[in-house]
Amino acid sequence: MIDDIEAIAAGGAARLAQATTLEDLRALETELLGKRSELSAVKQRLGALGADERKTVGRAVNEARGVLEAAADARRKSLQSDDLDQRLEIERLDLTEYAGAGRRHGHKHLVTQAQERLEDVFIGLGFTIAEGPEAEDDFHNFSALNFPPGHPARDMYDTLYLDYGEPGSTLLRTHTSPVQIRVMQSLPPPIYMIMPGRVFRQDTADATHMPVFHQIEGLVIDKGITFAHLAGTIDAFSKAFFGGDFASRLRPAYFPFTEPSAEFDILRPDGGYMELGGCGMVHPNVLANCGLDPEEWQGFAFGFGIDRFAKERHGVDDLRDLFSNDVRFLEQF
Amino acid sequence: MKVLLSWLREFAPDLPQDPAAIGDALGALGTPVEEMQLIGEGLDGIVVARVLNVRPHPDADRIQLVDVDAGNGEALQICCGAFNMEVGDLVPLATIGTVMPGGMEIARRKLRGQWSNGMLCSPPELGLPGDGGGILVLGDGHEAGTPLREALGLESDVLYDLEINPNRPDAMSVAGIARDLAAHHKVSFALPVPDLSLVAQGEPVDDLISVENLAADLCGRFTARVLQGVTVGPSPRHIANRLTLLGMRPINNVVDASNYVMLELGQPSHPYDLALVGGGGLRVRRAREGESLVTLDGVERRFTTDDLLICDANDVPNGIGGVMGGASSEISESTTDVLVEMAWFQPLTIAKSSRRLGVRSEASARFEKGCDPEIIPLAHERFIELLGSAVARVATGIVDVPGELPTAPSVRVRTARVNGILGTEIEASQIRELLEPIGFRATPTGEDNDVSIPSWRLDSATEIDVIEEVARHYGYARIGAVVPPAVHFGGLSARQADRRAARDVLVGLGLAEALPMPFLAPADLERAELPYEAISITNPLIADESVLRTSLLPGLLKTIAYNESHRAAGVAIFELGHVFRVPDEPQPLPDERDHLAVAIARSEAPAAVEIWQALAEALAITDRELVTAEAPGLHPTRTASVLVAGETLGSVGEVHPRVLEAFDITERVAWLEVDLGRLLDLPHGARPYRPVSRYPSSDIDLAFEAPDQVPAAALDRALRDAVGPLLAQLELFDVYRGPGLTDGARSLAYRLRLQASDHTLTDSEIAEARGRAIQAVTDATGATLRS
Repeated sequence: MIDDIEAIAAGGAARLAQATTLEDLRALETELLGKRSELSAVKQRLGALGADERKTVGRAVNEARGVLEAAADARRKSLQSDDLDQRLEIERLDLTEYAGAGRRHGHKHLVTQAQERLEDVFIGLGFTIAEGPEAEDDFHNFSALNFPPGHPARDMYDTLYLDYGEPGSTLLRTHTSPVQIRVMQSLPPPIYMIMPGRVFRQDTADATHMPVFHQIEGLVIDKGITFAHLAGTIDAFSKAFFGGDFASRLRPAYFPFTEPSAEFDILRPDGGYMELGGCGMVHPNVLANCGLDPEEWQGFAFGFGIDRFAKERHGVDDLRDLFSNDVRFLEQF
Repeated sequence: MKVLLSWLREFAPDLPQDPAAIGDALGALGTPVEEMQLIGEGLDGIVVARVLNVRPHPDADRIQLVDVDAGNGEALQICCGAFNMEVGDLVPLATIGTVMPGGMEIARRKLRGQWSNGMLCSPPELGLPGDGGGILVLGDGHEAGTPLREALGLESDVLYDLEINPNRPDAMSVAGIARDLAAHHKVSFALPVPDLSLVAQGEPVDDLISVENLAADLCGRFTARVLQGVTVGPSPRHIANRLTLLGMRPINNVVDASNYVMLELGQPSHPYDLALVGGGGLRVRRAREGESLVTLDGVERRFTTDDLLICDANDVPNGIGGVMGGASSEISESTTDVLVEMAWFQPLTIAKSSRRLGVRSEASARFEKGCDPEIIPLAHERFIELLGSAVARVATGIVDVPGELPTAPSVRVRTARVNGILGTEIEASQIRELLEPIGFRATPTGEDNDVSIPSWRLDSATEIDVIEEVARHYGYARIGAVVPPAVHFGGLSARQADRRAARDVLVGLGLAEALPMPFLAPADLERAELPYEAISITNPLIADESVLRTSLLPGLLKTIAYNESHRAAGVAIFELGHVFRVPDEPQPLPDERDHLAVAIARSEAPAAVEIWQALAEALAITDRELVTAEAPGLHPTRTASVLVAGETLGSVGEVHPRVLEAFDITERVAWLEVDLGRLLDLPHGARPYRPVSRYPSSDIDLAFEAPDQVPAAALDRALRDAVGPLLAQLELFDVYRGPGLTDGARSLAYRLRLQASDHTLTDSEIAEARGRAIQAVTDATGATLRS
């Protein structure tokens, strides 16, 4: 009888191992291990046996059951694994078909990128940012900045005037300096601020000029601020923006709203330099025009163009490209 | 402003030898060198040659064969690329072995099979000012074979071209530059002292001419001298050379002397042929309204009462004071007696006249910066001295009619203020030492100085002006550089951070930032069907840029059209920029707003709604809704107003097909434009913490049949209001139109996720919420539940 049981186990295990699908396997399991299986029949007959024999045969039945269950489990795992492999194969994708298609990252304009980098450097130097209107009045753009009406220095700016209010009273700001006036009129010192923005000139577009361009202006007003502080701030900016081995140089210049005035150059480590912008001590008349006592408050201002940073950083040789809005240009950056 | 080093040395003989060091000093003084040119260098081996014959090259069109005599009487064949010489001309020849100023060595060589035994030279090839388009043709009177340097009277020299700032009237003359340089280098400076001892005295000048100043407020000094028995002819070579090098054309000795004095001392003058001056005298007066005159350049100019005219004694206009002379009394070869006028004009008057008339001259450039009224007598003497033996006699005396001159003020310069502005520790005595050499006379007073401003620095009038002079001569480089000591904190304001966040979101969504010009043609606004009243530019350069944009729509549509025309379809762009409108209520400045716009070509309206959604979430704008509406330029059935906190801030949808056609765009364009400035004024950015519920949620799906005119937003609002805090999530998961539905209606299927924060919802709570939801939608919108 024991031999029969072992034969059932061996034969059954062999059949289970050959099951070809999970369905076949389930049917075989029912046949070999279910209530109507041979093993079940043997088990039902156990009661008719003597105690010793019952113990021996019972153990053999349990062992046979174990063998069959193990064989079924092994086969199930194998079939399941084949099934998954098959599904995975069906799901195969060539991902290289998708590279270069679909969702894309966008592009900040080069000028915005340059402006944000400059802002961040000045924020690091302790500055906050102020803004002002692009359509300005004569007072903020000129008169308050110590350009009285008819002043020849107004000729340095090819101003675009607007048909608004009295003729000649409203214009597109020719520089970011009117924001200085607005800041000094509205905020009590100390002031440590930069003022980036769009400015306008009556100019024909060419490789180095645009009628619309961008400037950044700096203004510091505090007690005891000196020309040496101006030079120190310009130098700190040169090092923070361009690198520690850059320096700066101030040369005498003329602007109606600063005195002493200077042009400033960035000195490169290779010994060369680039002319960057203008600066100077805020003129006492400008302080007085903003209601500040020039004997109590002193300060400096500086300003330079942003677009050339955008242009030179990427070797763009024609300023007009920057404003063509051609996506073949915009998407490069 | 050009200056020659040799000329500077006439006033400051001890200037350094190194031309580059002087160039650096000029820059440090605020008169930067735009160009430095070595004159007369490398001219060894260049001789005067006479053109004997000119023949075509047998095998080349662009060069010809020129036979020249280089002094030995033999014909030397040269291949030459210029065609401007004729037989008999004298031209410069670089002989074999010459090293040119540019470093090239001249060798005997064949060009297309023909020998060239040297090179004929253009002015730039010789390092001389002039046109590079042809060979330099010399005047007569030289022997062939003479070294060119000798023929031209050229000495080695350095020509500096300087940039002069408006506040440096003194730098408009060679002498003024020399004074500044001498002070910088701490060497001596002296103005010329004309020697007129050999000049014969004529009769008293007052007997010869009359001079009147009828505009004393605009003409501060009006003077004249008379030179008699003048021989008009060419100038001596060194004068003509200097004028040429400084960019002025030699004309005759009288005109050249006038120009020479102007370049040297900064004082313009005007010589008249006295015989042609009506009434034998001059009168300066304001022009009458509408009066006109033909100036030296042959143009008829019309005046206003703000212009100054120089008239003859019969009141006939002869020239524009300080700007340009007339043609009627020019110096010619028949001139014998010369009246020389020198004046001081009010700078602003000259600046305005020159600008209004569109005439700029060397004289006006000097008068408008402010000439030195005190230099006039010396300038007259220098003029006479330069003419030398060409003048037989000089009338005795000078006619000198005063007007109103600005008074040179005396300024208290506080030593503490100087150091307080500059951040230096300069002593009062050092301030005097810096100022004296440039003519600012300083007198000590206590710790400070009283400084009198020289007559050639009328730009300087206040303490800060003098401090700038101290700084210039102390040296900007010596002042030092320290960062301000105060503690202050940098950073972006909330609004600035939000603007950056908005850009970052749009870029993350795949949009490229465009920066179109804010100028438009009026037709652009019409094409975009925008109703707002635009502000015009008074003086646009071109009509296409004559109004300011009232919306970002035209600029971005032009951008899309441009890209489409370059075969870039599906362009997705955004812009943050200002728009300008005439305000509804009068205000000092135009209505200027900070807008944000998105344009996505080849996309329909929902694409723009998605962008708005993402942007609103990024900025945490919670109180927002879309309300179906029409908007200018946009698709009438595919547009919604964007409302935040109940305020309409812009529109989202699609551009009107008619507008697209007007801009030559063939794709659909999804569009969003909002007033970003106003948006950021409204409540946003709050992100309160809500604990995540630990209790299970239940979903119920409800599909409603809603007429097309009922917006989904209405159902959305009804569902949210009805279910209240139990509604954890609401999703419109299906929109269906078609069989099974009434015409003009669609099915809107919502999934409501219900969840409580403090317990598991019971079946009856869920059923009750469901009932409320259905009832609310039906009551509020008329939509019915689909079974």
